[in-house]
Amino acid sequence: MLKCEQFNKICSALDNCEHYQKFKVYKDKILALGNDSLEKTIAIAVALCLVCAVLVSFSAVALKPLQVHNKKLDMKKNILDVAGLLQEGSDIDSAFAEKIEAKIVNLETGDYVEDMNVAEYDQRKAAKDPALSIAIPKDKDIAHIRVKAKFAKVFLVKEAGAIKSIILPVSGYGLWSTLYGFLSVDPDGQTVQSINFYDQAETPGLGGEVVNPNWRALWKGKKVYSEASTDMSEPALSLIKGVVDSTKAGSQYQVDGLAGATLTSTGVSNLVKYWMSKEGFAPYLAKVRTDKGV
Amino acid sequence: MSEILTDETKKVLTAPLVNDNPITLQVLGICSALAVTSQMSTSLIMALALTLVTAFSSAAISSIRNHIPGSIRIIVQMTIIASLVIVVDQILKAFAYEISKQLSVFVGLIITNCIVMGRAEAYAMKNPPLESFMDGIGNGLGYSLILIIVAFFRETLGSGKLLGFEIFPLTKDGGWYDPNGLMLLPPSAFFIIGLIIWSVRQWKPNQVEKADFKILSISHGEGGHH
Repeated sequence: MLKCEQFNKICSALDNCEHYQKFKVYKDKILALGNDSLEKTIAIAVALCLVCAVLVSFSAVALKPLQVHNKKLDMKKNILDVAGLLQEGSDIDSAFAEKIEAKIVNLETGDYVEDMNVAEYDQRKAAKDPALSIAIPKDKDIAHIRVKAKFAKVFLVKEAGAIKSIILPVSGYGLWSTLYGFLSVDPDGQTVQSINFYDQAETPGLGGEVVNPNWRALWKGKKVYSEASTDMSEPALSLIKGVVDSTKAGSQYQVDGLAGATLTSTGVSNLVKYWMSKEGFAPYLAKVRTDKGV
Repeated sequence: MSEILTDETKKVLTAPLVNDNPITLQVLGICSALAVTSQMSTSLIMALALTLVTAFSSAAISSIRNHIPGSIRIIVQMTIIASLVIVVDQILKAFAYEISKQLSVFVGLIITNCIVMGRAEAYAMKNPPLESFMDGIGNGLGYSLILIIVAFFRETLGSGKLLGFEIFPLTKDGGWYDPNGLMLLPPSAFFIIGLIIWSVRQWKPNQVEKADFKILSISHGEGGHH
């Protein structure tokens, strides 16, 4: 009943309002016009745009917090997954807060950057910001990403004070899309733990198989740098055509290529090569190796 | 219910399923039928999204049909359709994030789906809102039906699964089924839709289009005198 009263009050207030009365008269006048008159055409167009704009902006604004939350959750889920810590049904937020530590790394020097806000730094956004990114010279841009952020956000899993795994963000162009993912390695900076891609638009069933758990499992235990590369800056790990023969020499640097997806496979090879080279994380990994306590 | 389901609403609701199917008879909305049908889950969400957009846009357009100026009527229709599609996209991003990631651009492309526009122009501009709403639901269901059939064949034959559950164990996982990679690529949907259209027209020969013109046979000899 109360609501009804309030509604009546609003109605009578509107009835008394001079502007509303004027609007009503104008509305009736417009609606009575012929459909093809210029005045009505413009009035209808304006009114329609107003209504649609309100509808669209209302839904975009009202749902924004949920969408941002989903994106963050998805990212955390992927990081936990690549660290091998993802458990079905467990709370992602609390597991992430408990086990994962984010750090910002200066890619050029390989040092940690302490004076930046780790929680708010977004490497993908930074790559688009001229002040925080650098263009990659064409001859070095094997991953076809054109620009990279100066600072990378890496994630560490620690157990009893010692690093258990280092999770590195990687990206590179495949066939249709830029693949964004994470590569996790042992603290020796050499042995791969896992890889996954959280954002890609490769052909489903072919290149899209980069997200297939069976294929991803092939990466475990592979070595990034060849023994010949003493300073550990020349990555040897790559995808090959067909299935890796584990009895042959060098098989620890090889992963099965994706069947029917040569270009995506090449893209993944190149992005691993790029991000593990001197251009990418090699300086940082070298520092991790020398002072284990970081 | 019986009051709402008059003969007319019943007709607009059921006719698009087989007799007047938007994909097989009107051959509209093919592009998205090719793109999203490699998996059943994406097809179902796409079908639901398109059905809702068609129904609500038809109802909205129908309710203002008497005041839409003829010179800008297509733009008015597009504005309403586009707004609804954006709202659907936002809702998917908020409540079904994984699916919206897989559907990517195709939700946005509902705006250009010929079925939505076609029903707005052909039906909603001339009929009252409730019937238009039902017409939208009916055509959405007709589209959904074809999408589900195509997705069923593509997902089972292409990846040995249905809705992510294993149907045929794959050879790479130690099973016996060697998946058909073509089924995962968009052209396979062309073949399946073609086969569906062929079988529907075998079953209901009145759906076969009349030829626009007849090719004259040269053996009549008329050309020989020139």
